[in-house]
Parts: sequence; C-alpha cells; structure tokens
Amino acid sequence: MSSIKKTLFDPLFNNNPIALQILGICSALAVTTKMEKALVMCLAVIAVTGLSNLCVSLIRNFIPSSIRIIVQMTIIASLVIVTDQVLKAFVYDVAKEMSVFIGLIITNCIVMGRAEGYAMKNPPVASFIDGIGNGIGYSVVLIFVAFFREILGTGKLMGITIFAPVNEGGWYQPNGMALLAPSAFFLIGLFIWALRTWKPEQNEES
Amino acid sequence: MEHYISLFVKSVFIENLALSFFLGMCTFLAVSKKVKTAIGLGIAVVVVQTITVPVNNLIYNYLLKENALAWAGVEGVDLSFLGLISYIGVIAAMVQILEMALDKYVPALYNALGIFLPLITVNCAILGGSLFMVERDYNFLESVTYGVGSGFGWALAIMALAGIREKLKYSDIPHGLRGLGITFMIVGLMALGFLSFSGIQL
Repeated sequence: MSSIKKTLFDPLFNNNPIALQILGICSALAVTTKMEKALVMCLAVIAVTGLSNLCVSLIRNFIPSSIRIIVQMTIIASLVIVTDQVLKAFVYDVAKEMSVFIGLIITNCIVMGRAEGYAMKNPPVASFIDGIGNGIGYSVVLIFVAFFREILGTGKLMGITIFAPVNEGGWYQPNGMALLAPSAFFLIGLFIWALRTWKPEQNEES
Repeated sequence: MEHYISLFVKSVFIENLALSFFLGMCTFLAVSKKVKTAIGLGIAVVVVQTITVPVNNLIYNYLLKENALAWAGVEGVDLSFLGLISYIGVIAAMVQILEMALDKYVPALYNALGIFLPLITVNCAILGGSLFMVERDYNFLESVTYGVGSGFGWALAIMALAGIREKLKYSDIPHGLRGLGITFMIVGLMALGFLSFSGIQL
C-alpha cells in the first residue's frame, strides 16, 4: 500500500517530471494562457500517460528490445488520436483553441520517458499508477503557471472576474506580458527556485 | 517570390518554434550546455525539418485530406484522423534513413551529430512543424520554405542559448536557481528579445 502511495505522490514534488526530470516542457507551456485550456491539457496528459504506461507494461515481455521505441510510439500515437477525437467531440471550442498542442502530446517526453523508464520494467498496475502520478506532477506545474498567467494577464480566473480590469471600470491594469511566451519561462523558473529552496537536495552542482 | 521570403523571415524570427511556441524545449534545455554540441543539434534539426515538412505535406495532400484519394479513383474518403500517426511514422522513418545515408556518404557529419540524430524523432519542434503546416494549409513550395525557416530559427535559438550559458559559468547565482532555474529565466529573456521582431512587417 505504501509503495503505491509513494509511486503516486513522489512525482508531485519529490521527483517532479518538469522541475527535476526536465521532461514534457515542450508541448505544455503554450496552453497555459488560460486556466480552462490548462485543465483540459492536464486531463488529456494524465489519461495518455496512465493508459500508455498500462498498455506498454501489459505487453512489455513481448516487445523485442530493438523495435521497442516504434512500438511505444505507435501505442502513444493511437492513444493521442483517441484523446484528440474525444476532446473534439465534447469540448470542441477548447480543442480548437489548443490547435496542434493536443497532437504534440505524442512527443511529450513525459509519456515516452515513463513508458521507457518505468513501464518496461514494472507490472501493469504499478505502471498505471506511476503514469497517473507523473501526469499529476506535470499538472501541478501547469496549473500553477496557468493560474498566474490568467489572473495577471486578464484579471480573470476560469472566465470569472477576480480583479476588475481598468477597461471595464475597475482598478486592475492587466499585464499583457503575462499572456505572451516569456512569462511562462519566468514562472517556471520561479517555481523551480521555490521548490529547490524548499527541498535543497534537488539543487544542481555547478 | 516576395511571399516566400516573408514566410521564411516570419518562421525564423517572429514565429520562432522554440521561443514563441515552446517547441523542442526538452532538448533545447538539455543540450545547450556547450556551443559545439548545440551547433551539431541545430544542423540536424534544420536537415530533418527541411525533409519532413514537405514530405508530410505531400502525404497530407495526396493521401489523408478529404477527397485526397480522388487521383486513385476513390471518392469521398477522409482519412485526416490518421494524420498524427502518419506524421510521426514519417519522421521516425526519415530520421532512420537520414542516419543510414549520412553514415554511408558523409561519415564526418554523421560522427559530429552522433546521438542527436535518433533523439530528433521525439523532438516536438519537428512534429510541431508538420502540424502547423497542416493547420495553415501550406502548399508544397510554402511547406519547403516553412520547413527550412522553422528549422533554422530553432537552430539559431539553441546556439544563442548555448553561448549565453557558457558565459554564465562565471556568474554568482543564488543556489536554488542554479542550473535549470536560471536557464528558464534566460530563455524567458531571449523570448522577450525575439518578441521585438513581431512588429516587423514585410
């Protein structure tokens, strides 16, 4: 039981895929301008990592090691296509706004990294939980970034006004930079700084 | 002609894959410690991007698009949901072919690129380039221009970052920020710099 809990919660802060393993930064940051988009992205990534880990782990003993990358890639690509179609069917507007970034989950290194690094060596249930845990660890960073970008950039959260912006007669002057690319880098940098101050053992030697 | 030059400049500077779309970030951050390796990886990305974007453009237009199979006498078939799996397949195959071809004909370049060639398969900048090409409905010539331009833009960004990081060795950074943290900050500042190109109209 405790090992399951460890597999699930370790990736949150102790071994965060973004802050420590440097995985999966690619496709994620562009979807953090709005909380809503970030939440959809998180759910999609959690589903894909969990299921791909499960599938890879189920057939891990039958995959010849020389073609394992292609096999993993095919599994992941199929899962992402399913996710893409589901999102288009149920939340079309958000899916449209996210454009290519759902497809880019395929090359999200978290999915590939966990399939290769964990699911190939562990039984299905543990792999599934590891996938979910890493998906959540990724979501923590994504939601953190999206929270600040949306609230600083527009004064709103999930479309509900928190700080009344100046152009609607309020007091808050929205910071347009928060909606542009650079702010995401600064926020993640700050997140890593905060995390490493809290857990100094993650510091890099340099 | 003007149209293509403007598309090229746009894909290199204004819509830089790394700095304004966050694509290829994992390799971007991991392989930018030395200028030399960054240059090798940059060249590999330019080459692969130049080949895969046009090839995927042909696949999309002649196999996957709605009614694309009309030339084969099959009407009303829409295979565009197979897009993702085909593009990644093409990319993986292209990288493999390129690896074998380079090994045979240009061993010097092959040795210089080393491990980075296979890694490119999972570089989101490559898949992202193909997906943007499909989304924006480029024709064949436009896709060639976009492929070269976006690859070149990415290479430029990683070389610049590697240059800055080499100099950074001499600076005194707060402990928690060393390594990854400060790299993110630098990339953020670089992205701010590249934003200034966005006012340019051609």
